[in-house]
Amino acid sequence: MDLFEYQGKQFFARYGIPVSPGDLARTPEEAVAVAERLGYPVVVKAQVQVGGRGKAGGIKLAADAAETRAHAASILGMDIKGHRVEVLWIELASDIAAEYYASFTLDRLAKQHLGMLSSRGGVDIEQVAAEDPDAIARILVDPVDGLDEARCRDWVEAAGLDRAAVDGAVDILGKLYRAYVDGDADLVEINPLILTTDGVVRALDAKVSLDANAIFRHPDYKEYDATQVRDARERAAHEKGLQYVGLDGDVGVIANGAGLAMATVDIVHQVGGRPANFLDIGGGASADVMAGALEVITSDPNVRSILINIFGGITKGEEVANGIVAALARVRIEPPIVIRLDGTNADQGRDILRPHLSERLELAPTMIAAAKRAVALASAVAPAPGGSSTGEEDR
Amino acid sequence: MSIFVDETTRVVYQGLTGSQGRFYGLLNRAYGTQVVAGTNPRKAGTDVEGIPIYGSVAEAVAATGANASAVFIPAPGVRDAVIEAAEGGVELIVVITEGVPAHDEAWFFNKLRRDFPQVRLIGPNCPGVISPGKANIGITAGHIAQPGGPVGIVSRSGTLTYQALYELKQQGIGVTTCVGIGGDPVPGTSFVDCLRAFQADPETRAVMLIGEIGGAAEEEAADYIAAEMTKPVVAYVAGVTAPPGKKMGHAGAIVSGGKGTAAAKIEALRNAGAKVGMNPTEAGELMVQVVANL
Repeated sequence: MDLFEYQGKQFFARYGIPVSPGDLARTPEEAVAVAERLGYPVVVKAQVQVGGRGKAGGIKLAADAAETRAHAASILGMDIKGHRVEVLWIELASDIAAEYYASFTLDRLAKQHLGMLSSRGGVDIEQVAAEDPDAIARILVDPVDGLDEARCRDWVEAAGLDRAAVDGAVDILGKLYRAYVDGDADLVEINPLILTTDGVVRALDAKVSLDANAIFRHPDYKEYDATQVRDARERAAHEKGLQYVGLDGDVGVIANGAGLAMATVDIVHQVGGRPANFLDIGGGASADVMAGALEVITSDPNVRSILINIFGGITKGEEVANGIVAALARVRIEPPIVIRLDGTNADQGRDILRPHLSERLELAPTMIAAAKRAVALASAVAPAPGGSSTGEEDR
Repeated sequence: MSIFVDETTRVVYQGLTGSQGRFYGLLNRAYGTQVVAGTNPRKAGTDVEGIPIYGSVAEAVAATGANASAVFIPAPGVRDAVIEAAEGGVELIVVITEGVPAHDEAWFFNKLRRDFPQVRLIGPNCPGVISPGKANIGITAGHIAQPGGPVGIVSRSGTLTYQALYELKQQGIGVTTCVGIGGDPVPGTSFVDCLRAFQADPETRAVMLIGEIGGAAEEEAADYIAAEMTKPVVAYVAGVTAPPGKKMGHAGAIVSGGKGTAAAKIEALRNAGAKVGMNPTEAGELMVQVVANL
């Protein structure tokens, strides 16, 4: 779960990490009201979950109410790399003496936590990493040991921050590690971490991604889940507990298991088609789950055909087939469907499906044959709507 | 032979009294796995269809000689369950449970590595491990796997593992052991651990590796294949056409350093000498050729 900057700063504040005073605004009037409360100058910052908003014009300094109003009006509604700006964060501007970079994330190869700290923050840190890897001081932290202050201080020394920033940085990085671990974050990143002209170290930005698997320890994270950026299809799928990623093609894909769903999307591409989505219905394939999946798929107006790719393991072929038949009786489906059903008791499953077959519902013997057929159906001229769906034939 | 589990493996099921644990524990027993015990501190002294329930793994080990554990405990309890199993004295812990927080996984991985180096952890979030005809610990449908050899399978993906077992069986090709290592950020057992074990197993003469996008485990496997493997490897990497995920922050990109895409993984595996199929069927066909030429 990715947090907006303002949520990230609230999260940081909970662990005692100093951030600039500020507040949210959804209109230019609210922005001015916040600024009047804070005092000037303020920074007007677009709240979008994408990098590069500064370059895109989504961060502006304002010296008075008129500038605040003007900047807020121009940034609200702005499109930054496909993300529409709905909310602003207005904060008191800082007098910056130096900008640093700090983060913690999991190093999947080392299987330990990786801290990265650089005296060259506030810029494109990926570029710094590529051009001058030594400019980033790295530290591996064993989760069993945690990060003690002495090691943290050595790390800060190694990064070569300004002398005046060392004590403040050691304090903040210790708190950042606590926030990362106790808060079950996948990533905590501060870029820039600043030293102000009066010698204070503070987080000027906050990128935080939380582990959705840890919600049982953090019931309050449900509010972050509610503000996740999802398109309408993804929201509908999320509400049904389905793993869905919207793509821009016309072949709807339903499969059981993330790997098989990914493989199905791959194969649709390989036979010359364009998948409309990735949808993993999980291990089983009950009528409820299948009906929900079909509803989500058909809510996408671009879908011209549907490919259902199910491999029965413990879930038997006849259960899958019964689920599909029951789902089709409940949901009205316009696009033609191609089903590939294999694995445990696949023969019995296909026998159950056979009486329901029509030009709107086909069986294919293999994954590749199914993909080819679904792609062909999608690229054929769409039949006139109003033809009877399989569900109606059943009644 | 097989790796990690065989007919002598004696397994205690943590969570045998829960619905998932009971369902798969009994299914595994029916397959032939030695399911010798279950644990539940509140139901010690009872049994599940004749399988005795003990208060802890240590008690189960003492009473039954169990040397492996299967964890079907809900995600919030997995961290404690893994440590209980290691302290209880088993050598293999297979965690089927999905949804375990990454910080818990990182913690118990490092705890085991330091304090229980002799213990092998497989999972979490994996289908388990099956040595066809000998033992099946987990949620794989045993009958889709053909016993024997010469192929060993290691996979990050559940349904693609089943797909691979099934396609090989259709071709009459047997499997020594199939290990589902799971797709979580900190798998207890890596591709390399499995490749090393298959390389050392005389009955395994070829290996199927099924990877997916994200992380750098496939690249690490490629390095091992290039340096150590003398047995042929056929691979498939799911997600060739997956769009780049929404990226948050830069730390992940710096850590991966360009690794993680399917294209990078496929290139690394090919450069290491593995044959890479572009879909599961093609990988199966490649394995048929490899086995024919053994």
